[in-house]
Amino acid sequence: MSPSRTRPTNVWLSKTAVNGALVLAVVYMLFPLVWLLTAATKDAGDLLAGNAFSFEGFDLGGNLSRLAEYNDGIYFHWYANSLLYAGLGALACSLVSVAAGYAFDKYHFRGKEKLFGLVLLGVLVPTTALALPMYLLASEVGIVNTYWAVLIPVLVNPFGVYLSRVFSSGYIPDEALEAARIDGAGELRTFWSIGLRMIMPGFVTVFLFQFTAIWNNFFLPLVMLSDQKLYPLSLGLYAWNSNAHAEPDFYPLVVTGSLLAVVPLVVAFVSLQRHWKAGLTAGSVK
Amino acid sequence: MNARTRAAAFLLTPFFALFVVVMVVPIGYAVWLSLFTEKQSGLGFGGTETVFSGLDNYTAALGDRAFREGFGVLLGYCLFYIPLLLAGALGLALLLDSALARARRFFQLALFLPHAVPGIIAALIWVYLYTPQLSPVVKAMEAGGIGFDFFSPEGALPSIVNIALWEWLGYNMVIFYAALQAIDRSVLEAATVDGAGSWRIAFSIKIPLIRASLLMVCLFTIIGSLQLFTEPLILNKGTGSAVTSTWTPNMYAYTAAFDRNDYGLAAAASVLLALTAALLSFAVTRLTGRRKGKRA
Repeated sequence: MSPSRTRPTNVWLSKTAVNGALVLAVVYMLFPLVWLLTAATKDAGDLLAGNAFSFEGFDLGGNLSRLAEYNDGIYFHWYANSLLYAGLGALACSLVSVAAGYAFDKYHFRGKEKLFGLVLLGVLVPTTALALPMYLLASEVGIVNTYWAVLIPVLVNPFGVYLSRVFSSGYIPDEALEAARIDGAGELRTFWSIGLRMIMPGFVTVFLFQFTAIWNNFFLPLVMLSDQKLYPLSLGLYAWNSNAHAEPDFYPLVVTGSLLAVVPLVVAFVSLQRHWKAGLTAGSVK
Repeated sequence: MNARTRAAAFLLTPFFALFVVVMVVPIGYAVWLSLFTEKQSGLGFGGTETVFSGLDNYTAALGDRAFREGFGVLLGYCLFYIPLLLAGALGLALLLDSALARARRFFQLALFLPHAVPGIIAALIWVYLYTPQLSPVVKAMEAGGIGFDFFSPEGALPSIVNIALWEWLGYNMVIFYAALQAIDRSVLEAATVDGAGSWRIAFSIKIPLIRASLLMVCLFTIIGSLQLFTEPLILNKGTGSAVTSTWTPNMYAYTAAFDRNDYGLAAAASVLLALTAALLSFAVTRLTGRRKGKRA
């Protein structure tokens, strides 16, 4: 700090300015979420007429039961689908990524860095440009409009491999692997019992990021799926919103459905702060 | 092959098998598809046949005003969005990193939270906040004498930039903040002893030291921006919006494939989009790489 800044009033002013600016940014970030929360408690009439930033005309229970009843509870079917796509997809993707990242970190073989360069190149490919050819390929193979069409493409995350390599070199000391080898463990056994255990924080990080990415995935299911029963939440809410212009009764369904769809991710990010921060840091500092 | 090489191959196989199926093959297939056109035989009663058409799809896409205008929209979007995002995220990170900030964990979490909201839901929330019948924001603005139509031709781009900023500002702020925290504090102390003020320290020391993060965010933002689709699609469904169904190149490709069943044209549009992303990524890395070379 320059000498003039050490004067108490000046410090106090700067402190107020800095924290005031941060508070303003937080208000901008949070007010749409507050609106979502209050709007989800209103029926169509109150949503269109009343003051959305209040709990006037509180009817969250009514909205939830309408959500559960509409079209034989298709909303919760979508919810289960999203959990399936994101849960299973992220689990398999993390395992595949961690295995590859570990191999890149712990083994030496010819052409390793060239192969890793290919992975990094994969990070730069715009995924939506791939969705259309993927759809056509999937229709050749006959898996369009099945769970597989959405599940297989999300198993690949080049950035997850990059993160795993960083985590592997940070969390798994080579000595631990040497010790396991001396004890007579085979290479795969060593990976499974020692490497995977030690890289768990990295595994959870990749899982968290992939889970979010799949939960938020919209373009791929939009292209691949036509059967409403297979929709994830994102696509289902989109379909409902398309109806809302003609049928205002859909507004509360979309709004309350959106609120419920956001909850697991907000809970995950609040409780797993250490992990997403580690993921962002590992990604940014080379 | 010794045991270790075998193990490495075994551990890498699942990823690369999937990588080939999900990335390499579709890229190749897109290029292949873009070289063919479906021709209706006769009067259109005899079904269609696929014929090799060389670069016709590319000239057709580039010759289509709607496609070119899509790139114009993207350009406007990037010129507007990227500086705002970078300056905003960097500014917030520097504020948070300054010795004066309080409650850092709370601010980080609160600013990051919108990123937990799926893009489609973020777009829905904001479109509702833009819709005069639903929105307390529009009502408040009207009460204050500001009439702004978020769906008008002039309003559509700022509307979408705002949604994207809301989604990504906090995410990138956390990246910059983490990089700032990694700076060796003794460097900053030395600058303070030399009499540098906080502005001088921010611009001459902190920002140059987190160049790698700036570059990475810039790259990912460009790639992400080129894929612009979800937010305008939601605005497109809004009544009376200026956003057309071919507003961005991605929307153009989607419409070509699923409304017009012209896969060749759609593939050509996708390939052109991917090429643009590759060229821009290359340019950004080269540009910053050269500056680094000069510095050394």
